[in-house]
Amino acid sequence: MIEIKDIRKEFNGRVVLDGISGKFEPGNTSLIIGGSGTGKSVLLKCIVGLIKPESGQVLYNGRDFWSGDADTKRDIRREMGVLFQGGALFDSKTVLENVKFPLDMLTDQSEEEKIERAQFCLKRVELENAANRMPSEISGGMKKRVGIARAIVMNPKYLFCDEPNSGLDPLTSVKIDELIQEITDEYQITTIVITHDMNSVLGIGEDIMFLHKGLKLWEGTNENILDTTVPELEEFLYSSQLIRRMKQSKK
Amino acid sequence: MDLLTRVGRYFIFISLLFTRREKIGVYVKQILEEAVAIGIDSIFIVSIVSTFIGAVTCVQTAYNLVSPFIPDYVISLIVRDMTLLELAPTITCIVLAGKVGSNIASGLGTMRISEQIDALEVMGLNSASYLVLPKIVAAVLVFPMLITIAGFLSIWGGYVAGTLTGAITPEDYVYGIRADFIPFNVPFALIKTVVFAFLITSISAFRGYYTEGGALEVGKASTTAVTNSCIAVLVADYLLAQLLL
Ligand SMILES: Nc1ncnc2c1ncn2[C@@H]1O[C@H](COP(=O)(O)OP(=O)(O)OP(=O)(O)O)[C@@H](O)[C@H]1O
Ligand SMILES: [Mg+2]
Repeated sequence: MIEIKDIRKEFNGRVVLDGISGKFEPGNTSLIIGGSGTGKSVLLKCIVGLIKPESGQVLYNGRDFWSGDADTKRDIRREMGVLFQGGALFDSKTVLENVKFPLDMLTDQSEEEKIERAQFCLKRVELENAANRMPSEISGGMKKRVGIARAIVMNPKYLFCDEPNSGLDPLTSVKIDELIQEITDEYQITTIVITHDMNSVLGIGEDIMFLHKGLKLWEGTNENILDTTVPELEEFLYSSQLIRRMKQSKK
Repeated sequence: MDLLTRVGRYFIFISLLFTRREKIGVYVKQILEEAVAIGIDSIFIVSIVSTFIGAVTCVQTAYNLVSPFIPDYVISLIVRDMTLLELAPTITCIVLAGKVGSNIASGLGTMRISEQIDALEVMGLNSASYLVLPKIVAAVLVFPMLITIAGFLSIWGGYVAGTLTGAITPEDYVYGIRADFIPFNVPFALIKTVVFAFLITSISAFRGYYTEGGALEVGKASTTAVTNSCIAVLVADYLLAQLLL
């Protein structure tokens, strides 16, 4: 379980996160939603330990990341898998080498074991045929999927995905959502996904946090999100024609 | 950011490279790859530059030494001493600062803005050490080899130019090369090179590693990497001459 308490972050005096708290349960796909520039990526970076918040705590099963020593930090990091907004693949390595990389660096497995494991993960994202291509030779959506394969190769306890399906066609994006949910459920991972895709929100949002201008304005599930009365969230939701029609038909 | 803060940050960065290192095996492979990248890729430019510098030094010295009281072999003696003391190590390292330094800074800068460095960090790796240490070690090993080639080619370039233009006979040239030779000049040149190699790679890596922003900033980081390492090389050149000669 991941618990965040009262996270505050400002850049040059401009407050980006203003006291965000929340709990993320294992086996659940938790979503962080909100408009562009509301601090979702910054919050995720505070959680995974890339940006130090001015104040607040990030607890991984009770272990505080930011007040921990270097060993605690490393131990926690080795239990997480992160998919970055742009995929963040290493350009000098092939797809397979990218996925195998964490195994190379952090385990003592034999070469065959590592390749087998990497290929298994590539198969999960349906990219076993692209194993020997370079990142520059694959499409944006494929990069995201390779990023997911790399994030899950070490069997993480915590999985973080920053916009796993932005810029993908609706079909692929549903597939990726399903994959994330499947993995989360299968291995009882604590998963946090950032998205502004309403399809994902309604599809996999077992636990949703809505950010607006650095504040958490709403929290709930995909069951009750359409009944919200928070004006900012309504605006966010009903900017989509599809959702507006759904709401009308529900009435 | 003022100069002092930046220098302080640079030293913190250097200490970061050596604390919490990764498995040794990881580095060995990386060092070999970097050595090939730095060495093989630079041989061509280093050869061209040093051959021509030797040739030009020889011809210009001959042109300036018109007095009948100075024997011809002094020309090649001057070519030799200038080559070993200054031209081979310092000029070649300035050229390498442009080539290797900008390459390192833009490579790391790109990794930074495309979140590849973040990806290494969240795996619990020391990204600075993993990415930068092999480059420094490779350069410290390979630069002296390049400088040895440069010194040799420079003296050879002087020979070719001097004898072809008739400024000096082959016998005089060879005599001059061997006359009044100070053996310490060779290790001195290599010591300088090792220091320059460390400065160029570490400063360029520092610049690239802390790039913030986008593609434009990567370009800027690469330019400042080159100018900063050139200045550092020249300052170190002066200090080492004071210290060791
Ligand atoms: N390193 C930084 N320095 C200064 N300001 C930053 C930095 N990183 C983010 N910000 C600011 O913080 C705010 C939130 O950015 P963030 O990247 O979290 O947005 P986001 O919610 O992820 O948006 P998007 O959906 O477009 O990815 C933005 O206004 C951005 O300008
Ligand atoms: Mg973002």
